[in-house]
Amino acid sequence: MNITLHVWRQKSPKEPGKLVTYKRGDVSPDMSFLEMIDVLNEDLAAKGEEPVAFEHDCREGICGSCAMMIDGMPHGPQDLTTTCQLHMRTFKDGAEITVEPWRAAAFPVVKDLVVDRGAFDRIVQQGGYVSVNTGNAQDANAIPISKESADRAFEAAACIGCGACVAACPNASAMLFVSAKVAQLAELPQGQPERYRRAKKMVDQHDKEGFGSCRNHYECEAACPKGISVRYIAQLNRDYLKASVAVAEHAARSSGNG
Amino acid sequence: MKLDAKIPSGPIGEKWDRHRFEVKLVNPANKRKFSVIVVGTGLAGASAAATLAELGYRVDAFCFHDSPRRAHSIAAQGGINAAKNYQNDGDSVHRLFYDTVKGGDFRAREANVHRLAEVSRNIIDQCVAQGVPFAREYGGYLANRSFGGAQVSRTFYAAGQTGQQLLLGAYGALSRQIGNGNVKMHTYTEMLDVVVIDGKARGIVTRNLRSGAIESWAADAVLLCTGGYSNVFYLSTNAKGSNVTATWRAHKRGAGFANPCYTQIHPTCIPQSGDHQSKLTLMSESLRNDGRVWVPKQKGDKRASQDIPESERDYYLERKYPSFGNLSPRDIASRAAKEVCDEGRGVGPTGLGVYLDFADAMKRVGESTVAERYGNLFDMYERITGENPYKQPMRIFPAPHYTMGGLWVDYNLMSTIPGLHVLGEANFSDHGANRLGASALMQGLADGYFVIPITLGHYLASSQLPKVDTSHQSFKEIENEVREKTKKLMSMKGKRTPDSFHRELGRIMWDNCGMARTAESLKKALARIPSLRAEFWENLNVPGAEGDTNQTLENAGRVADFLEFAELMCMDALTREESCGGHFRSEHQTPDGEAKRNDEEFCHASVWEHQGVGKPATLHKEALVFENVKLTQRSYK
Repeated sequence: MNITLHVWRQKSPKEPGKLVTYKRGDVSPDMSFLEMIDVLNEDLAAKGEEPVAFEHDCREGICGSCAMMIDGMPHGPQDLTTTCQLHMRTFKDGAEITVEPWRAAAFPVVKDLVVDRGAFDRIVQQGGYVSVNTGNAQDANAIPISKESADRAFEAAACIGCGACVAACPNASAMLFVSAKVAQLAELPQGQPERYRRAKKMVDQHDKEGFGSCRNHYECEAACPKGISVRYIAQLNRDYLKASVAVAEHAARSSGNG
Repeated sequence: MKLDAKIPSGPIGEKWDRHRFEVKLVNPANKRKFSVIVVGTGLAGASAAATLAELGYRVDAFCFHDSPRRAHSIAAQGGINAAKNYQNDGDSVHRLFYDTVKGGDFRAREANVHRLAEVSRNIIDQCVAQGVPFAREYGGYLANRSFGGAQVSRTFYAAGQTGQQLLLGAYGALSRQIGNGNVKMHTYTEMLDVVVIDGKARGIVTRNLRSGAIESWAADAVLLCTGGYSNVFYLSTNAKGSNVTATWRAHKRGAGFANPCYTQIHPTCIPQSGDHQSKLTLMSESLRNDGRVWVPKQKGDKRASQDIPESERDYYLERKYPSFGNLSPRDIASRAAKEVCDEGRGVGPTGLGVYLDFADAMKRVGESTVAERYGNLFDMYERITGENPYKQPMRIFPAPHYTMGGLWVDYNLMSTIPGLHVLGEANFSDHGANRLGASALMQGLADGYFVIPITLGHYLASSQLPKVDTSHQSFKEIENEVREKTKKLMSMKGKRTPDSFHRELGRIMWDNCGMARTAESLKKALARIPSLRAEFWENLNVPGAEGDTNQTLENAGRVADFLEFAELMCMDALTREESCGGHFRSEHQTPDGEAKRNDEEFCHASVWEHQGVGKPATLHKEALVFENVKLTQRSYK
């Protein structure tokens, strides 16, 4: 296949970037998108030029490292597919493809196609877990959980933290990411004690990181390689509201006015 | 090098309990005085870092990814074993212990395996408490599936994403400790050396993968949780970044490397499609619960699968191993696939493939049930191959997947360098010469959640650990060595990329030290590796700058280590004049082609002591004593 690539090249966060064009005449339809970039990079390196920096690791669609905006779509045109699992047979011979990094204020560009997604970790650190020290647990079958609940928790937990939802959103909101974790734990009995506190703390950190707010564009769901549903955002909003009321009531009681 | 496994005395079922009582403890108020470095944040590293921080230790955790959640444990698909006996099918701690020792072809340390089987039950409890969404039955109780090498159903799972869910559980626990300030997390930071002072591991030297800064970190103990070395074959199911660097550089500082030749070739992976291939993709072993493996009976049969009538198909695993059938252990299933392909009965464009067929299962339970069990795997298969496995059988072929060998550790998970502990796939201890499916997740979490919190306390409480900081001369010296090496990699400006050397090395290893090895093939590899390494250090080209994000430079350092490590792996394979588990020496097989062990001479772990690059390493032996499982020839017939 013949492919023309326009790839975002940016040396560092401080320097401006630009699209650079590379023509490829040796693309096999069985290559993954990243393997196509690998071959480009081998050629660049052989010429002594710097290869295109990009994040990748498992190449099985599960680690969430790879992150490319392909023709304006996070992870490219194929539904429910990460960049590493996208294969060149998806494109037409002779296609022109534009490849850019995720664009969001909370995901600053590090180099070329690499962005810093540390904000996601910091959101999880505020409460995306059950506070249970090792050794506390009772027998795993002590609390039956309906299959429906377990399945719903699993669907929400399928998020790979790649950031496609943020890249797709006109407001660069990460509410799909936050809501998936909140919904997973809200669905399970183990998640109940910290349910509202978790929602509040994670959303507050989300806002602090500079992500935008959700305006119901639903672009996130369309872009999500794991098919995480926007209905979790509605659920998160309800939990957040309850949490805010509870916090206000608690504050009122503590100050002796309630 | 002295090998003392420090196995507690007493009957096998009481050793761990007794040990937990006999070890020294650090009192709660004193724990915060000790600092611990944890390298790697997969299942072993994340669970260890989180648990040690919960106990009160000061923890610094390191990973080379942008986030601790990216570690390759995340890609484990099928499940995690535990001796819960929820199915009432005769499982017990002793049976899991027995199956693991036998599955490992009698080359594991009994006491470690028994402890693993004991704590397996606590792991499931802990993970459920964390909110890990395991699969459940309609009654609300946990579901199980079967895995290779066992006749009971003891594998817990979350669709085909068990590793992801377990890692996110451990990552959650770790994140909680980062959030409350008990763990300091260093992302984008790759460990490049261990610092040993007065005979004890006292810190590490790292490179910041964003700024290029070479930095030192001091602590009272160092934990390596850095995974396996399957990428020595270049093409494997491991993530692209998985590497041997941390364990190899520790080996060069004095940590014994045990059984490097024990590598697991997984039977069910998607066959290679071309030279551009960058990695191989696993199709979970759980598929063998319902899929039937076959090839045409006739050599060179090029008909499409649906045109080959039932009577002309050879379901060779069911034929050769009737009692385990399609669920034979991995080493056996892989060799059987190689054998039928060598006979010219392989399928697909390259002839290097066998069918994994779900037609019968879909007839039996319906397409929707099959989709519920394996939907994500079927989708992944279709994305990669362009073929629909609901309509035609999958094509699969073995690929390097896991490494049972690793740094030698004693019962306390401590290497031959005091203070340097090794957890998870990076150590050698529990799987012998072959790991059973769904046991890697179990071991990583056992080491991190339940073993190291006890044994590390013992080390810290019973050792003299004078205060050391990074201004110590040893840190400065090793920092300089690391800087020099990095400069050298940057300065050659030759003609070849690190990847081209890696591919060539991988080819040498796969052809000569892969699924079947001979003295002749191993000698061939041993002759070629040093010259490839010499070329690497003359003709390498790393573009870009040192003090910047430079993925070619990161890769170059890892390939440099594989080029040294590969030689030790071949030497180990050459020295082990027997076949056992994943190590198959063609000279040593039974008349019907099964692995033939030599218990008289090789019932030991081979532990290698480094003597310098290109110089023969010294071999030490830890004799393996089997008091509870009788040494027999493994049979799955």
